[in-house]
Amino acid sequence: MLKEAGPLPEPGLSRSADPADEPVIDVRDLRMRYGKTDVLNGVSFTARRGEVLVLLGPNGAGKTTTIEILEGFRIRSAGQVSVLGVDPAHGGEAWRARIGIVLQSWRDHGKWRVRELLANLGSYYAPYSSPGASRPWDIDELIALVGLTEHARKRIRQLSGGQRRRLDVAMGIVGRPELLFLDEPTAGFDPEARREFHDLVHRLTDREDAMILLATHDLDEAEKLADRILIMAGGAIIADGSADELARRMSTAAEVRWSRDGQRFVHSAGDPAGFVRELFRQYGGSVEDLEVSRASLEDTYMALVRQFESGPGEGTEHRFSAVTS
Amino acid sequence: MTDAAGVIGAGLVRGRGRAVRAAMRAGLNAGWIELSHCFTMVADAFEILPIPLLSVVILLVVDAKHVHVPGTHFLIGSTLLAGMLILNVSVNGMAGMALNLTVARDDGTLLRAKATPNGILGLLTGKIVVISGTVMLTVVCLLMVGLAPFSGLALGRAVTWLTLAWVLALGLLAMLSVGAVLGSLFPSARSGNVMMIGIFGLMGISGVYTPITQLPVWLQWTGQAFPLYWLGLGVRSALLPGNLAAVEIGHSWRHLATAGVLAVWAIAGLVVAPVLLRRAARRVSGSSVAARRERAMTRAI
Repeated sequence: MLKEAGPLPEPGLSRSADPADEPVIDVRDLRMRYGKTDVLNGVSFTARRGEVLVLLGPNGAGKTTTIEILEGFRIRSAGQVSVLGVDPAHGGEAWRARIGIVLQSWRDHGKWRVRELLANLGSYYAPYSSPGASRPWDIDELIALVGLTEHARKRIRQLSGGQRRRLDVAMGIVGRPELLFLDEPTAGFDPEARREFHDLVHRLTDREDAMILLATHDLDEAEKLADRILIMAGGAIIADGSADELARRMSTAAEVRWSRDGQRFVHSAGDPAGFVRELFRQYGGSVEDLEVSRASLEDTYMALVRQFESGPGEGTEHRFSAVTS
Repeated sequence: MTDAAGVIGAGLVRGRGRAVRAAMRAGLNAGWIELSHCFTMVADAFEILPIPLLSVVILLVVDAKHVHVPGTHFLIGSTLLAGMLILNVSVNGMAGMALNLTVARDDGTLLRAKATPNGILGLLTGKIVVISGTVMLTVVCLLMVGLAPFSGLALGRAVTWLTLAWVLALGLLAMLSVGAVLGSLFPSARSGNVMMIGIFGLMGISGVYTPITQLPVWLQWTGQAFPLYWLGLGVRSALLPGNLAAVEIGHSWRHLATAGVLAVWAIAGLVVAPVLLRRAARRVSGSSVAARRERAMTRAI
């Protein structure tokens, strides 16, 4: 019993005493260049356990390239990348077993039955089971989680599009990953399939301590799922924060609408309260139909991306402008 | 290295071995499932049955019991059977494996395998099971005709069966190895035609159509470098009368050399194929499969 009375680790000597504090993803100055085209120009971010991080940006922003580098599917041009403490470019099979990737299946394994395929895929992960993480997932429990219990005996080509996407998720998480990658998971979904999918991601994050990195160009999806959003444009991260923070931090201006003498006015004000005070001081009772609204995340996002695409160097401040209609 | 590090190292090696075995078991299981589709699904059965059925019909239609090889006293059925066995094992084994792997790359199966721990090993194991299974099915059909009393073939001797068994097993393994290497080298299923031309070219110099001794000497040497020639030689040695060795190189069936060359190809291929397949897998990614899917869909429309 002597072992238990060992000396406490000296502060400063033990590096990252609690592994839960270590970032799951640590990216510093990541660069990617194809020929003469720079696709990523110095991307840096970290992500922690249990976090749902969304890479949001228009097509061509570099989201997929970033994710594929983190998955170990692409070799970067420069920069430091660590995923679960390992450089993905040299990640071995044991590292691979801790990572899940949701791939959009296509026509592969069409003749297989749902349960058959998941059980087969899961058996690759069994040797990587540890007391802390039992792998793979119990197959029937997994099928129930993605809502395919009544289709477990069906052949995969008989599944509907939405069912097949849920199977894709099950295949991605069958090894109980500590980190799950999803790249544009709902592209081409109808609204109902999209909602089902979002519910599934919520169920997953409620139960598991896994970190999720999801890339999308759909702002609505980012708002629904993300703990934190990284907005990407032109191969760089241009904003970082929760949906709420981003909307607050970046929408410096609010829209003030009113009418006076039958004329309607719209004004973008950095200090709406002060603006309205001044408005009443000048015109008093003739101000009618007053309305103050803060710009939505969508407005902010569109403005940011548009501004980025119109070229660097322009200021970020929103100028006052009065419009009569 | 300290003792503790040694213990941890040994543990890692044991763990790695366990994971490799698990992947191979998963591959065997996957191969068996896919093979069972061939027998339980009508569409699949139609895909694989025509070749064995056609072969059997040809063997039955040619009056093998009475037609002799011109200038000899020996029945033509045996040469037909030998030719069909060689064709089946080489074309279905080699091209079947190669095409299967290029399809796996196109439809995302290879990408999935890459995302799974030891998945490439499992994929390769599974394909070996499926293709050997379908090839062996044809072999069994052909040999059953050979055994039928009306065929007039000399299949009754134990030595025939023994030779056939080891030649077909080693030959099939060598063909699958070459197929796996080809399938990893060619970029997509659409370059399959180029690959087939290569395979038929190889047949031309491997003594499948004509005795290899009729070719220029340098082509004879080229042919002998590949396993197809030795597969053919081995099958002929099992099914044809001993005096027909006269038309072969060195007037001998060269069993020792046959076993050696086939084994070298089988082992070399099985060692190299996973490496090449992993390298091929490096070029596929989610976006490249998605792009192919998009192209295929627009083509379909």
